[in-house]
Amino acid sequence: MSAAVYLLYEQEEAAPISPMPNITLEGKAMNVPPSIIKISDFLWEIPVSYKTGMLVPARIYATEQLLRQMDQGVFEQLTNVACLPGIIDYAFCMPDGHWGYGFPIGGMAAMDPHSGVISPGGIGFDINCGMRLVLTNLTLEEVKPVIHRLVDTLFTRVPSGVGSSGFVKISRDEFRRVAEMGSLWCLRNGYAWPEDLEMTEEGGCFSGADASTVSEKAIERGFDQIGTLGSGNHYLEIQVAKPENVRDEETARAFGFTRPNQVAVMFHCGSRGFGHQVATDYLKLFLSVSGKKYGIKVNDRELSCAPFRSREGQDYFAAMKCAVNMAFANRQVILHRIREVFSSIFHRSPEDLGMSMVYDVAHNTAKLEKHLVHGKKKEILIHRKGATRSFGPGMEGLPDRYRETGQPVIIGGSMETGSYLLAGLPGARETFCTTAHGSGRAMSRHQAKKLFHGQKLQREMAERGIYVRTASWSGLAEEAGPAYKNIDDVAETTELAGLSKRIIRLVPIGNIKG
Amino acid sequence: MSYRYLEDVATADAAFEACGKTVEETFLSAAEATIRVMIANPESIRARERISIHLESEELDMLLFDFLQEIIYFKDSRRLLLRMKSLHIDLASSPLTLTAEAAGETMIQGHHPLLTDVKAVTLHLFSIKQDEHGWKATVILDI
Repeated sequence: MSAAVYLLYEQEEAAPISPMPNITLEGKAMNVPPSIIKISDFLWEIPVSYKTGMLVPARIYATEQLLRQMDQGVFEQLTNVACLPGIIDYAFCMPDGHWGYGFPIGGMAAMDPHSGVISPGGIGFDINCGMRLVLTNLTLEEVKPVIHRLVDTLFTRVPSGVGSSGFVKISRDEFRRVAEMGSLWCLRNGYAWPEDLEMTEEGGCFSGADASTVSEKAIERGFDQIGTLGSGNHYLEIQVAKPENVRDEETARAFGFTRPNQVAVMFHCGSRGFGHQVATDYLKLFLSVSGKKYGIKVNDRELSCAPFRSREGQDYFAAMKCAVNMAFANRQVILHRIREVFSSIFHRSPEDLGMSMVYDVAHNTAKLEKHLVHGKKKEILIHRKGATRSFGPGMEGLPDRYRETGQPVIIGGSMETGSYLLAGLPGARETFCTTAHGSGRAMSRHQAKKLFHGQKLQREMAERGIYVRTASWSGLAEEAGPAYKNIDDVAETTELAGLSKRIIRLVPIGNIKG
Repeated sequence: MSYRYLEDVATADAAFEACGKTVEETFLSAAEATIRVMIANPESIRARERISIHLESEELDMLLFDFLQEIIYFKDSRRLLLRMKSLHIDLASSPLTLTAEAAGETMIQGHHPLLTDVKAVTLHLFSIKQDEHGWKATVILDI
């Protein structure tokens, strides 16, 4: 592809600028850097001349419309990521990118494990926040008459909101085993089917987790939160695959969608207070060693980091894996609860209801993966923050069931608009097999609360056939559909850019908002 | 107590500016702003349990970071909603020290109109500065 300079505004000569130069704390108009280069209709590049210290260009996957919707923080944060030592090729941002902290949300960076760094700001506080999609063999016609009872029971049985605690009562020592074993702990304790582990990224356990690297505070914050959703953008949703929304029938069948109006359950949550504290502990540690011990300058203290091979880097990697595993266990226990609830409502066993997992994908992780780098297969450290692994057909690490289709990719939309099930594509190699994770916020939470009212929104959604329960009315207002970008645009862009292929658009009929 | 939430900053999170004539007032404002993200009416928190907080840091901003992080820690580990009853910061000592007395109660769905969980204090654009009017802290909370 030839790169042509694309003028969004009058071209200015790019000049070195200071970190976070023009960020005004209010207002986000006209954010796209003038020096951005159009690579294709779905790919844009900010050259290294944009900011002093950039080691590689920054690349953004987006249509022009999505690019213009991105806030200024995306461009500043992504170009800060491009300054991190050891970064390979580009700092990437997915089409759902928006202003985060450290990395933008939707950010991805691959690091050379020998010369590169690991940064908690490239993973986020909610380590392994992720999505899980579960099948049923029920149809809309069977579920609709009981949707209120189903959602009400799920709302009671899957705790959500501020300060919620789970039903799994274990000691702190046992929790350490959860952190080291992830979904395997759930299998051994009756909360998982053997096939669940195979249908979870990395089998539901990052090997090398070491609970001795996490603080007592982290244990205290998380040990009774297994089986809880949390709040913010976390949710549990009952969805329908309508025939008109199935774009690829063959792959849909391979993913388990075999009948018209089939009902599925999608949920989004992470490692709760445990992961948040692990990230906080190591952010503070890295802040103290980045510059003083390792001489690494960062443009945003949230990007504080350490060489991956250093003692601090390896300790964080082992602690982060504990949080990853806790999140897998959390989603696994929630799945156990969902199966119980469906079984009690429909008076059939979960097996008889066909409640198998489609897949579980992680959003916020750092992981060693083998990819082609400049023609050679190498092990590299991939930071994904609000981004999804997207292995194409034939990739190592996929379960046999998905060898030919590629990995199921789950992109969650707003509670009003729907979500997508996609499949990994071979073309995602440039992003080291990474695609979007959601629709991406277009409006701040504060703005959304001014524009929408929780109880009114609940009534309006009920009129449109979506029954919602929430732990917080204002939290519901913050998650209103218009607060997000158009999920159709985001999913389509990932497909046109060759990152993931749309299989089914799933529409909500019931939702629990954390 | 003086604070305001900022629009269009860190789109998915909660940003605020907290002010005060003294550094203590500013810390108290920031604490109230943090609690107010989680609960609609902090005034409804009853003083049923008391917690003493002692912190040390070489840097004033990291003292604020640790202080706000304590509120989040007690929210998860003991399900406690806390309000500060007194706070003293010794700016002359090395390291800087903070002593606070907090009081609060276990959160109860229904009694406390709970809003959004706060996961962490971020260091993105995090600052505390003094000017001719007093002190101002800028904080982005991950939610």
